[in-house]
Amino acid sequence: MDKMTTISQPDDATIAGMSEPTRSRATRRVRGLSDRTIAWLFVAPTIALLLAINIFPLIWMIRLSFTSLNLSMSYLPLRFVGLDNFTDILSDEDVWFRLQTTAQFVISSVTLQVIIGFGLALLINRQFRGHSFWTTIILLPMMLSPAVVGNFWTLLLQPQIGPFNYLISLFTGVPPSSFSMTGQVALAPWTIVLVDTWMWAPYVMLICLAGLRSIPDYIYEAAEVDRASAWRQFWSITLPMAVPFLMLAVLFRAIENFKMFDMVNLLTSGGPGSTTELVSITLKRAAFEKWRTGYSSALAIILFVTVFGAANIYVKALNKVKQR
Amino acid sequence: MTSAVAKSTAHSIVEASPRSKAVASALVILYAVITILPLLWIVATAFKSQSDAIAYPPKVIFEPTLEGYVNLFTVRTRQTPDFIAKLPPPETWYDKLVRERDMVIAGPSKVVPRFVNSLIIGFGSTFLAVFLGTLAAYAFSRFRIPLADDLLFFILSTRMMPPVAVAIPIYLMYRQLNLTDTRLGMILLYTAVNVSLAVWLLKGFIDEIPREYEEAALVDGYTRLQALRKVVLPQAVTGIAATAIFCLIFSWNEYAFAVLLTSGEAQTMPPFIPFIIGEGGQDWPAVAAATTLFVVPIVLFTVLLRKHLLRGITFGAVRK
Repeated sequence: MDKMTTISQPDDATIAGMSEPTRSRATRRVRGLSDRTIAWLFVAPTIALLLAINIFPLIWMIRLSFTSLNLSMSYLPLRFVGLDNFTDILSDEDVWFRLQTTAQFVISSVTLQVIIGFGLALLINRQFRGHSFWTTIILLPMMLSPAVVGNFWTLLLQPQIGPFNYLISLFTGVPPSSFSMTGQVALAPWTIVLVDTWMWAPYVMLICLAGLRSIPDYIYEAAEVDRASAWRQFWSITLPMAVPFLMLAVLFRAIENFKMFDMVNLLTSGGPGSTTELVSITLKRAAFEKWRTGYSSALAIILFVTVFGAANIYVKALNKVKQR
Repeated sequence: MTSAVAKSTAHSIVEASPRSKAVASALVILYAVITILPLLWIVATAFKSQSDAIAYPPKVIFEPTLEGYVNLFTVRTRQTPDFIAKLPPPETWYDKLVRERDMVIAGPSKVVPRFVNSLIIGFGSTFLAVFLGTLAAYAFSRFRIPLADDLLFFILSTRMMPPVAVAIPIYLMYRQLNLTDTRLGMILLYTAVNVSLAVWLLKGFIDEIPREYEEAALVDGYTRLQALRKVVLPQAVTGIAATAIFCLIFSWNEYAFAVLLTSGEAQTMPPFIPFIIGEGGQDWPAVAAATTLFVVPIVLFTVLLRKHLLRGITFGAVRK
């Protein structure tokens, strides 16, 4: 009510030069812009920017994907090669191997993050003393720059001087210089999973926490009255009610992990060999090291269609679960 | 109705037992401490000398020095002890510090220009994205726009593209427009990436402001634009601030576009930090010093943002 009264007394300064405020709708239209014009004026710049910096390049990329353009040999005339780039990519075993590496990374990372994140959310939801302080601490890693994170973890994981190897050797007796987390074929993929989880498990935790907080207490109270055990309550109330939130977390994390470039580029840059070469790294190499623009455009389109298609199917499933 | 509300806040029956609370708090604190250790290690490394930083076993207790920061902000050249002996006595503490290591300061390093780039590109793109985003979000929230849902989804879907993939055509486009490695180019690019988040988040915030306020203002003779400025914006100010900080964090942390599209002039901190090389390889104390300086604002923002964090990182899909 208070607000309403202040609003109905317009500040004189703002309407200086205007005649008596009038209550006529028609006059307002004449004096100001019409709603339709405003709507159009307000949305247009954003759409224009996105068209210029997202859609135009995307269309250009589609065009390039049918050419054999190589920027290191750009003196050659633009030659259209039809679907050659696409067939090259899809028949290339290496590309399939990179996709497999990426899929393994996405699945193991997201699984681990969901388990840890959900577990932490359940614990924090007990609302013990000081829980908000510790939650803030846990949330810090995900706010950092992935590139900076990848970089400083290389220091922590250095075989000779890093504290990580030192701690492992302290507990297991294995000499610290005998293994390198980022340099060994068997360990490197797990290192990426580890650092990614360190960074992003809090994200899943946050979403799960929102899910848990959205469960109304009276459901638990009813269960309590029915003398349902804690386990029973977890399986029949907590988990089902949290599933849509878990699925949302999986969606966001999977898309991000599929695109991931920055952290891996700094942590292992795809190595050793190509054990941690995610598709985004392959793409960067094709585009910015080999300068095979036509080929890399085709690869980018394949990736985009994959993510977009998978995300759409998944969102449909998510909506079904939500409606249940 | 009232009793149900009272019960849900009082946790009458379902309050966790003290023992389960103790176990939960112990586990969470353990996890938090493990999480924070790598960060603390970096902060500590920034205050180590180069030899302490690469000592084995790793040094937890060490004599703190500002060598890392001096090495971050200056370019130094190694000189013979004879040459150094002939120089006039050092004027400042950092001159003294490098002389002890047989070096003299040759000039400033590139860190300040890189940091300035981060600030300009970060704040520039944030301002633009929030400005455009507020207008669009207001329009989406208050007016009937044809195909609004499709447009909103289109705006969101621009985020699904891997940056590395979009970087190729943008690189080509920027080359034609002479925008490669310019601050303007990076500001426009980050604005485009951020505006999608800004529209989605701000639409959520503006949706929550009752339409009645504006309607009352319109009846009183305000124009739409006046109503927006005098009624809606003041109410949306927290939402706008939160959105701005999320946009800033994104452009502050962004690496893929920065490393692929800039090479010097417009380079920001993330591609710069990993390549701070000192005498004999990576200068870890300097790298750690840069990381610390770079991360401090984000840590502050995180604390400020706690309440909005969830919304911001999920495009408003989840509200707390």
